[in-house]
Amino acid sequence: MIYSALADRIRKNKPVALLTVIDGPNTGATLLTSPNIENIGTLGNQELDRVASRDALGELEAGRTSVRNYGPSGQVTPEDLQDTPVVRVFVESFSPPPQMIIFGAVDFTAALARVAKVLGYYVVVCDAREVFATARRFPMADEVLVTWPTPVLTERGPNLGARDAICILTHDPKFDVPAIQGALATSVGYIGVMGSRKTHATRLERLAEVGITKSQDLARLMSPIGLDIGSRTPEETAISICAEIIGKRVGRNVPSLANSEGPIHQ
Amino acid sequence: MREILGDIDRWRAQHKRIAVARVVDIEGSGPRDPGAAMAVNEDGEVCGSVSGGCVEGAVVAEALEILKNNSPGRLVKFGYSDDEAFAVGLTCGGTVHLFIQPLSW
Repeated sequence: MIYSALADRIRKNKPVALLTVIDGPNTGATLLTSPNIENIGTLGNQELDRVASRDALGELEAGRTSVRNYGPSGQVTPEDLQDTPVVRVFVESFSPPPQMIIFGAVDFTAALARVAKVLGYYVVVCDAREVFATARRFPMADEVLVTWPTPVLTERGPNLGARDAICILTHDPKFDVPAIQGALATSVGYIGVMGSRKTHATRLERLAEVGITKSQDLARLMSPIGLDIGSRTPEETAISICAEIIGKRVGRNVPSLANSEGPIHQ
Repeated sequence: MREILGDIDRWRAQHKRIAVARVVDIEGSGPRDPGAAMAVNEDGEVCGSVSGGCVEGAVVAEALEILKNNSPGRLVKFGYSDDEAFAVGLTCGGTVHLFIQPLSW
C-alpha cells in the first residue's frame, strides 16, 4: 500500500516524503506524506506522526533528505527529550526532478537532452519551427513544444528555481533575444546561451536595444555556453554545458567560456 | 529509489520477498548521498547501489539475513577505520550509515 503509493507519486513527479523509523521503538515503521494528501501508514504514535510529517513537508519543500530525532510521542525540545528513548526518523524527500528547458531544435539539442536525461532532468525542447521541433527528432525529451519562448516562459517561468536550467541554443536573434528576456525574468539557476564570441558580442548589442544592460542581468548569462574544455562535437558540448551547470550549482570556480578568452575550439 | 522502482515492481509481481537498503547518513567523504538505494530479493538478485561498489556485497549478505530472520530492519555502518563494522569499507575513507529493512510496507 505505502510502496504502491510512493512509486505512483514518484513516477507522476508529485512531491512525496517517506518517513522511516530507523532506530528506537517501532524500528522499520513507515509513513508516507505529501502536501494536501492524507498520510498513509504510521510511525507508531499519532502525535509523532503529526509532528514528523509536518517537519517532513518542510524538508520536502527544501528538497532535503535527513535524519531527525524525536521522543516516542513526537517530543522535540531538549527538555522534553530528556529521559525518553530517542526515535530516529529518516525523512527521504522525493522532489520533482529539476527542469531543463532547451530553446532551439538543433543537433546540439539532441545531445544536450540526452546528457540532461542521464542527470535526471525533466527536459523540454522548444522551437517555433514545426519541421524541426518534433518528438521523432527528440525522443529523449519529456516534451517537445512548437512555439515561441515568450509564452513558454510566461507560463512556466514562475515554477523555475535554483535547480533548473534554461539553455538557449538558437543563433537566431528573433528567437534568442525573447528567450533571454524571458529567462532573466525568472529565478532559474542557470541560463546558458550558445554562440561564438563574435555572436556573443553582437548579441549584447541586440540585448541593449531591448533594454537589457544591467550588469547583474548580463552576469547571469553563461555565454558562450559551457566550459572551456575544447569540446567540438554536439556530445562533447553537451558534457561541457552540463558540467558548467553542476559547477555553478555547487558554487565551484569552474573554467567557463563566459569568463575566458581565446578560441572556443582547438 | 526512483531508478529501482521497475525492478522492485517486477519482483513484487513475481511475489518475491524484497529487502531495501538506503543510505541514511554519511560522514566524511561518501560516494552516494542519503537516499541512494538498492534492493535485494530472496534469490539474491540486486538492483541499485549504495556506494561505488565498495560495500554492496556485504549489503546483500545483510539483506538476506534480515529477510531470513524476519527482522523489522536495522542500521548498519560501513567505515574505513571502524573495528565494529564489517571487513569491507569505503576506499574513500568515509563512513556510510545504511538502514536495511524488508519491503513489507
